[in-house]
Amino acid sequence: MSRVIEAMPYARFLGLTAEQAGDTLTVTMPFSDHLIGNPMLPALHGGSTAALLEITAMAQVAESFPGMHLPRPINVSVAYLRSGRPQHVYARARINKAGRRVAHVLAEAWQEDEAQPIAALTAHFLLEDSPGL
Amino acid sequence: MDVPAIAPLLPQLASGAAHTHALGFTYESLDGDRVRIRVPWREDLVGDPDTGVIAGGVVTTLLDHVGGLAVWVSLDNFKPLATLDLRVDYMRAARPRTDLIAEARCYRLTRSIAFVRAWAFEDAPDDPVAAAQSAYILTTARPERRPKPETGE
Repeated sequence: MSRVIEAMPYARFLGLTAEQAGDTLTVTMPFSDHLIGNPMLPALHGGSTAALLEITAMAQVAESFPGMHLPRPINVSVAYLRSGRPQHVYARARINKAGRRVAHVLAEAWQEDEAQPIAALTAHFLLEDSPGL
Repeated sequence: MDVPAIAPLLPQLASGAAHTHALGFTYESLDGDRVRIRVPWREDLVGDPDTGVIAGGVVTTLLDHVGGLAVWVSLDNFKPLATLDLRVDYMRAARPRTDLIAEARCYRLTRSIAFVRAWAFEDAPDDPVAAAQSAYILTTARPERRPKPETGE
């Protein structure tokens, strides 16, 4: 379970669920027709996979810094490695470095095989709980 | 100015797939090589229920998608393509309960790769909520190369 994912309307739109093992969240985006971006292949819209990665990273930061309201992304970079098939997608994030103000986070999304990721994210999050950047 | 051949297809390309339809994307305009799409504000697209601001992931999807449209505008043709990578800078919080517009421009097109910049904003691209830099690969060229199967296992 993750407070970020439970509270976010858009996470519900995507159908996201989270499971926690130790300190690490695994987020699932169950397949649904409304995630399809290319009906000819068919393939998931890359945006839905990117959003899954971004929300997973955000939820993992929130898990690691429980005092914060909602971690705010400064920037995210997503590499699309494989086409997303019409199946469930899973994602996990790792905080690579957390300083006083900024955290660098890596995340990967996969379908059948965790060793064959379909997309990878690297992102910076602002750890300060101030309004605006 | 001549209307590009791709222009009549843009509304369908903006919102025709299940995901873009579900998100409510609509085609906005084409001005030279700059194409715009809109995501109307909706309760279920919100990232932070305390503020009513559209989620970052929706902005990312909007920027990814409008970038693809910019490539088709640049090609003046519809060809299969895939996003290679996408970087988004979030410059400021979006205004609560407000539609967002994204504008994109393909500023370099090679035989296989298209380079795109895109911005998301409420009113004007010079006051962006987010900016993106992305690359797309034209996927028609040839089938995916696979590693040779390992032997001796």
